[in-house]
Amino acid sequence: MHELSLCDDLLNQVIAIAQQNNAQSVESVTVTIGALAGIEPSLLENAFSIIKINTVAEFAQLIIRKVPVTVLCLQCGAKSEVLLNHLLCHVCKSHDTSLISGDELVLASVAFFV
Amino acid sequence: MCNTCGCNITPGNRPLVMAEKPKNGVTTISVLENLLSKNNNQAEHNRAHFDAAKVLVINLMSSPGSGKTALLEATIKRLRDSFKIAVIEGDLETENDTQRIQAQGVPAYQITTGTACHLDAHLVHNALHHFSLNDLDLLFIENVGNLVCPASFDLGHHRNVVLLSVTEGDDKPAKYPVMFRAADLMLISKTDLLPYLDDFSTSNAKQNLQNLANAAPVIEFSSKDSNGLDDWIAWLLSEIKTYTELLQTKKTQRPKVQQEGQFFHTSSVKPKFYPINTKITPD
Repeated sequence: MHELSLCDDLLNQVIAIAQQNNAQSVESVTVTIGALAGIEPSLLENAFSIIKINTVAEFAQLIIRKVPVTVLCLQCGAKSEVLLNHLLCHVCKSHDTSLISGDELVLASVAFFV
Repeated sequence: MCNTCGCNITPGNRPLVMAEKPKNGVTTISVLENLLSKNNNQAEHNRAHFDAAKVLVINLMSSPGSGKTALLEATIKRLRDSFKIAVIEGDLETENDTQRIQAQGVPAYQITTGTACHLDAHLVHNALHHFSLNDLDLLFIENVGNLVCPASFDLGHHRNVVLLSVTEGDDKPAKYPVMFRAADLMLISKTDLLPYLDDFSTSNAKQNLQNLANAAPVIEFSSKDSNGLDDWIAWLLSEIKTYTELLQTKKTQRPKVQQEGQFFHTSSVKPKFYPINTKITPD
């Protein structure tokens, strides 16, 4: 339920970037969200569609790129794409793993018209 | 630094970031700024305050009613003569928990969040103005009862403790992986009720935690019969010792979940912008 406040921070970052680059309007905003980030993409989309009104990003499309959960096995070195509640190595079944992607919550890029 | 050396580009997001191509009339710039950077910067600020005052800060998270306040009452009774303790309470409404803690003779400050489902670093920073940090050894932050949102917000604390009461079911770590992955200690509470339940197995709960690649210790605890209280106190004392040693080498402590991964890398860096088309080679 904190997608709206997160969206507020996102929009502030986008507006700052737009101002720095003398943008007339923002065309799209791309965020990358890992499955383990604790953010629901559809709620973020809804929040963004409300919060962008009357800003430089009013007509911007929000592009959400979902990142799967991937772990590196510290025992056998294999990389596995896993379910978010099952972070085990697919090869040797070890739970001695390290997360290498899946917790991202990042503003990746902003596209705009100058 | 991370935006300079590129270490915040993980194997997971590299193809996504680098694949951006400018279209006609549209300039695209790559940013790579954590969406929680405002909160994370404030959290780093809080952590600096805590470290300057040498206060170990523990963030307690769980569902509502799993026994966070009862755990704190038992802890304070045991430790109040040896350590100077304070508590920040987070709840949507009422000051009931603060009154329970104050009745134990230690300072407590209530954050009533209204409708907000979690504490964030700014709320905690405001609460800090009600304490004299230099007079404290140990600060507990009792987060809003919620197994979802509090896990995403760094408060500047040093350790996460997640409670799981036996009436909630042993599959909670599998259902709420974001929360339980963040645990530096999982405390199974209300174990005095186990004889009345046929559907909670502590070994299943531990297995579900392990499935999150989380090797955090698990302590079984009951505030009614003090089962596990000694283990919990021993864990706290060892954390205080570790933290003190880290401070002596000018380092701080962080929840383990922040010590790995990209969240940590982008937590306190200033954004740096460059046109993406200078970074890629056309096909």
